[in-house]
Amino acid sequence: MTERLSGGDMLIRALQDEGVEVVFGYPGGAALHIYDAIFRQQRIEHILVRHEQAATHMADGYARATGKPGVVLVTSGPGATNAITGIATAHMDSIPMVVISGQVPQDLIGTDAFQETDMIGVSRPVVKHSFVVKKAEDIPAIVRKAFLIATTGRPGPVVIDVPKDTTDPGVLAPYVYPEKVTLRAYNPAVRGNARQIRKAVEALLQARRPVIYAGGGVVQGNASAELRELARRLRLPVTMTLMGLGAYPGEDPQSLGMLGMHGTYEANLAMHESDLILAVGARFDDRVTNNPKKFCPDARIIHIDIDPSSISKIIPAHIPIVGDVRNVLGEMLQVVDAELPANPVNERARELWWHQIDGWRAENGLNHHLTPKPGRPILPQYAVQMLHKVTRGEAYVCSDVGQHQMFAAQYYRFAEPRRWINSGGLGTMGFGLPAAMGVQMAFPDATVACVTGEGSFMMNMQELSTCLQYGLPIKIMALNNQALGMVKQWQDMQYGGRHASSTYSDSLPDFKTIAEAFGHVGMRVDDAMQLEGALEEVFSPALRNKLVLLDVWVDREEHVYPMAIRGGSMKDLVLARAGEGKGGVED
Amino acid sequence: MQRRAIIAVLLENEAGVLSRVVGLFSQRGYNIESLTVAPTEDETLSRLTLTTVGDEAHIEQVIKHLYKIVDVFKVQDLAENEHIERELMLVKVRAVGAEREEIKRTADIFRGQIVDVTPETYTVQVVGPTDKLSAFLRALSGGRILEVVRSGASGISRGARVLGG
Repeated sequence: MTERLSGGDMLIRALQDEGVEVVFGYPGGAALHIYDAIFRQQRIEHILVRHEQAATHMADGYARATGKPGVVLVTSGPGATNAITGIATAHMDSIPMVVISGQVPQDLIGTDAFQETDMIGVSRPVVKHSFVVKKAEDIPAIVRKAFLIATTGRPGPVVIDVPKDTTDPGVLAPYVYPEKVTLRAYNPAVRGNARQIRKAVEALLQARRPVIYAGGGVVQGNASAELRELARRLRLPVTMTLMGLGAYPGEDPQSLGMLGMHGTYEANLAMHESDLILAVGARFDDRVTNNPKKFCPDARIIHIDIDPSSISKIIPAHIPIVGDVRNVLGEMLQVVDAELPANPVNERARELWWHQIDGWRAENGLNHHLTPKPGRPILPQYAVQMLHKVTRGEAYVCSDVGQHQMFAAQYYRFAEPRRWINSGGLGTMGFGLPAAMGVQMAFPDATVACVTGEGSFMMNMQELSTCLQYGLPIKIMALNNQALGMVKQWQDMQYGGRHASSTYSDSLPDFKTIAEAFGHVGMRVDDAMQLEGALEEVFSPALRNKLVLLDVWVDREEHVYPMAIRGGSMKDLVLARAGEGKGGVED
Repeated sequence: MQRRAIIAVLLENEAGVLSRVVGLFSQRGYNIESLTVAPTEDETLSRLTLTTVGDEAHIEQVIKHLYKIVDVFKVQDLAENEHIERELMLVKVRAVGAEREEIKRTADIFRGQIVDVTPETYTVQVVGPTDKLSAFLRALSGGRILEVVRSGASGISRGARVLGG
C-alpha cells in the first residue's frame, strides 16, 4: 500500500531518497512545516547557520569538495533573498545545488503578504532551473527532477519554491518516489562527436607549440585522471584557470600554474606563443583572455565543453567538441593510442617548446622558496608557502576573494582536484569560512584551511558561532593587511594611489579576541620569523579538534604580480611594482 | 554581417517559461524586435516566435542560450531556410472626403481589409511579412495614422519540414 504523507514529510523523505545527508538552512514561518518534518526524522542532519548566505556557501563548499549536490533550506522573503548571493556564486561556477525556499500559502501569493517575495523571479537569472510546488503529491517528482537537473550536464543551482499550504501536516497524499523522471526538453550532451575527437587528436599530434588550458569543468567533470594521462602521454604543458587548479598536480614540471590576469609568466607566454590550445572545461573568461582581439594570435583552438553555449562565445573554436569532458578525454586517449605509432609526436619541436617554456619559468616564474627576513613584514606569499609546507600540500584550502585568494592560487600548488575551493566567477567575499564549513561537514577528519583576508572574513564571521555548535575545527589563516587589498592595489596602479574607501585600519577589531569570544582559539603573528612556528601550532595535534584563527599581519603594501595590462594580450604583464625586483618579491 | 533572424521556439506550456526566455534577452543584452507566443495543437507545448538582428555569431549564441533553458524543446532560425512569415497589423486611420477612396485603394494594393468604419476613420487589417506591413505604413503617408497595433512575426518552414518533428 502506498504510504500517505504530508507535503512537509514528503519533501524530507524525497531528500532522503536522493541520498541527502546534510541540509544547511535557517527556519522561518513559511518553512516551519518542513522544519517540523526534519525534527521528526534522524537520517538528515540540519545545520543551523547564522545567515542564509552562509548556508548557500556551505552547501556550495560541500558540493565542490564531494561532487555531490549541496542542499539548502530557507524560509520565504528575506530568507530567500539572503540566499541569492550564494545561489549566484554557485551558478557562476557551475556547482550542483538544490535550494528549497519556503513561500507564503498559495492563496496569499501576489497580495504582498508578510515575508512574501517572488523567489522564482528574483532567482531566475542565477539558477539553472526552478520549480514551484502547486500540490503536495507533486513534491517527489519535483525533487527528483531538481536533483537530476542540478547534477547533470553543466551543473548548477536549482530552486524549489514551496508554498506553505503544500506542506500542511493536516493534508496527506500518497508518496511515490519516481525512480525515473522524464524531462523531454532536457537532453545534455554526453559523448563528443567521434570525427571531431579524431580531428582534435590529429591537431594535437601535429602541433609544435601545444598547451592545455584546463578549467573548472575538468574538476567538476571528474576528468582529472584523463587529463593527466593525456598530458603525460604527449608531454603537453598544462596551465589551469583559477577554477581548474588541482586538475593537474601543481608541483609537476609539466604544470605551468595558473594563467590569466594573475597567472604565471610562463603560463601566459606559453598561451600567447602557442600554435594549438586544447581548452578543456574552460570558458575563456575575461580574466583569462585579457583583450579577446589580441588573444593568442597563432593558436588554433580545440574547445571541449559540455555547454554548447560556452563554445565560440568569446573566442571562436576551430575544433569544437560538445560533450562530457571525461568521456571526450577518454576517447581522445584511445585515439592517441591508435594513432601514436604511425604518427609520432615531433620530439624535436616538443623539446624546443619545453626549452622555451622553461626559459620563461627560470626568467620570471614565481619564487616558491621565499625566506623570511628578521625585522621585515610578513609577505603574504610566504604565508601561503608556509601553509603549504605545514599542511604538506594536502589540505582543503577554501579562500575568500581578493589578494589573499590570488596568493593562495599562485603559491599553494594543489596536488589534487577538489582541494581548492573558491568563488571564481562571481568573486564573492564572505565565501571562504562557510565554504570551509561545508567541506569540514563532508570530511570531518580532513584538514580544512580557510585562507582569507580581514575584509572578506568580516562578511560572514558570524558563522564562527555555527562552527562552535557543530564542532567544526577549521583552521583560518587571515592575511591581515588592514585594507581591502585588491581594491587598494587597483587604486595604487590606476588611480594615482587614491585609496577611496579601501582602508579602515583605525577601526579593525582584534581578531584573536573575536575568535576567543566565539569560543575558539585565536592567535596572532606579525613577525615573519615566527610564522612557521605559529602555523605548526595551529595544525598541531593539540589543537586538532579546535577551530583556530591565526591573524597574520602581512606587508600592507604588497601587490599581486604578475598582473595583466588592461586591454593587452596575454603576454602583456606587469611583473613588479616600478622600481622593485621582479614579482614584487625578492629572495 | 548583420541580418534578421526569425527564431521559432517550441517550449513547455508552463507558468514562468516565457519570463525565462524574455529574461535571457535582457540579461545577456540581446535585442528582441518582436515576440509572439501561443499554445500549439499539443496543449502541453507553446510556440514562440521572436525576431532579432545580429551577426551570425550573435544569432548562434542566442540559439544556444535558448536551448540551455530547461523548458525549451526545440529552436530553429526560420530565416536560414525557405519559410513563410506572417504578421497581423491593425491600423486606425483618419479617413474623410477624398482620402476615403485613396485609403481603400492603398489597402486593396496591400490586400488589406477595412474591418471597421466610422464617418471619420477606417480600421485596416493587413497580413503579411513584417516588411510588407512596414511598407503599407509608409504608403499611408501624412498624419493620417491614428493608431497601429502589430502582432509581431510568426513563421513556419516551407515544405514537409516541421519544428520538433
